Amino acid sequence: MRSSVFLAFLLVLSACNTGKHKETASDATIAVQQEASSEVNDVDLEIYDYDGFEAFLNKKDNKVHVVNFWATWCAPCVKELPYFEQLNASYADENVEVLLVSLDFPHLYESKLKPFILKNKLASKVIVLDDPDMNRWIPKVDSLWSGSIPATVIYNKHERKFFEQSFTYSELENELKSFLN
Amino acid sequence: MKHMKNISIVLIMMLLLSAFTVPTKGANDGYKIGDVVSDFKLKNIDGNMVSLADYKEAKGFIITFTCNTCPYAVMYEDRLIALDKTYAPKGYPVIAIMPNNTSLSPGDSFEAMNERAKTKGFTFPYLIDKEQTVYSKFGAKRTPHMFVLQKTDKGNVVKYIGAIDDNYKDASAVNTKYVENAVNALLNGKEVEQKETKAIGCTIKA
Repeated sequence: MRSSVFLAFLLVLSACNTGKHKETASDATIAVQQEASSEVNDVDLEIYDYDGFEAFLNKKDNKVHVVNFWATWCAPCVKELPYFEQLNASYADENVEVLLVSLDFPHLYESKLKPFILKNKLASKVIVLDDPDMNRWIPKVDSLWSGSIPATVIYNKHERKFFEQSFTYSELENELKSFLN
Repeated sequence: MKHMKNISIVLIMMLLLSAFTVPTKGANDGYKIGDVVSDFKLKNIDGNMVSLADYKEAKGFIITFTCNTCPYAVMYEDRLIALDKTYAPKGYPVIAIMPNNTSLSPGDSFEAMNERAKTKGFTFPYLIDKEQTVYSKFGAKRTPHMFVLQKTDKGNVVKYIGAIDDNYKDASAVNTKYVENAVNALLNGKEVEQKETKAIGCTIKA
């Protein structure tokens, strides 16, 4: 089931690619590429070290915050991103906010991360955590985190749960609901 | 009454969910600091089978669970080679084990491992955990994941678990070399100070 979702996702991705290549004349292709790169420049990435990022894990407002750690190179993360997007869209009016924290490598922000955000039209807020001293900050996110991704924190001002696992949409929704009741 | 039924369905579902969660957690626990490691027999890229017992002269081992396809693992390849060059002559050789399911991660196939080792000039064995039993016994969670073992009368004892150092991006900007510090301490007959560290890595594909 999961692999079929992923396959569908791949198909969609490749469909996008072939779509672009259908512009037959080489000039047109160049124009498309230029357009794409200017769009990439329009993506404003907020980049934080852990000290700057920490506030995102400790908001004292009336919202439920779903914070997902992911990266474009992490296949299981990419597979579950649509579920976080769906959650963000479906529960926005119930005071739920999804934050996608990318752990992509800095030298790939322009070539991989920004194009990925554009191509997948990510609607949830995406920020980047760039802090190589991982042994210092991983335990601060959660003492149980071994460091593998995907990993997710769900919290409100009263309670907090940490998950070092992949989610299906219904698993994710169930966890969220325990915060909404 | 209807309400009761709903509650019981929810309860049953919760029970089912927890039934699925618990065993995976148990299986992932793996070795702790101070545990004695049971030996393994895994196929090296040269076709030979490799066990810890083959290393009669070794004082211990630097075991790494690594692969071709994880960018973090790739960023650490040169540092693995350097570790092996420094510490194999001192009795602590590097042994690399590739834990991924190759049907899920074709870039880590036996052939691809061979190619990668040749391209990079690996000086150490690069073993395939084909049955995926060794990494789970160790409790390796990601690539790269390091285990430093010391050979004792009891067997090979786990002395350090974690990252190689504290900067994956830039070897020249590293402040603390966790694995080197651990092996140096063991070579000097001292206690390893920092026994465990954490790092982001790629989840092992099971």
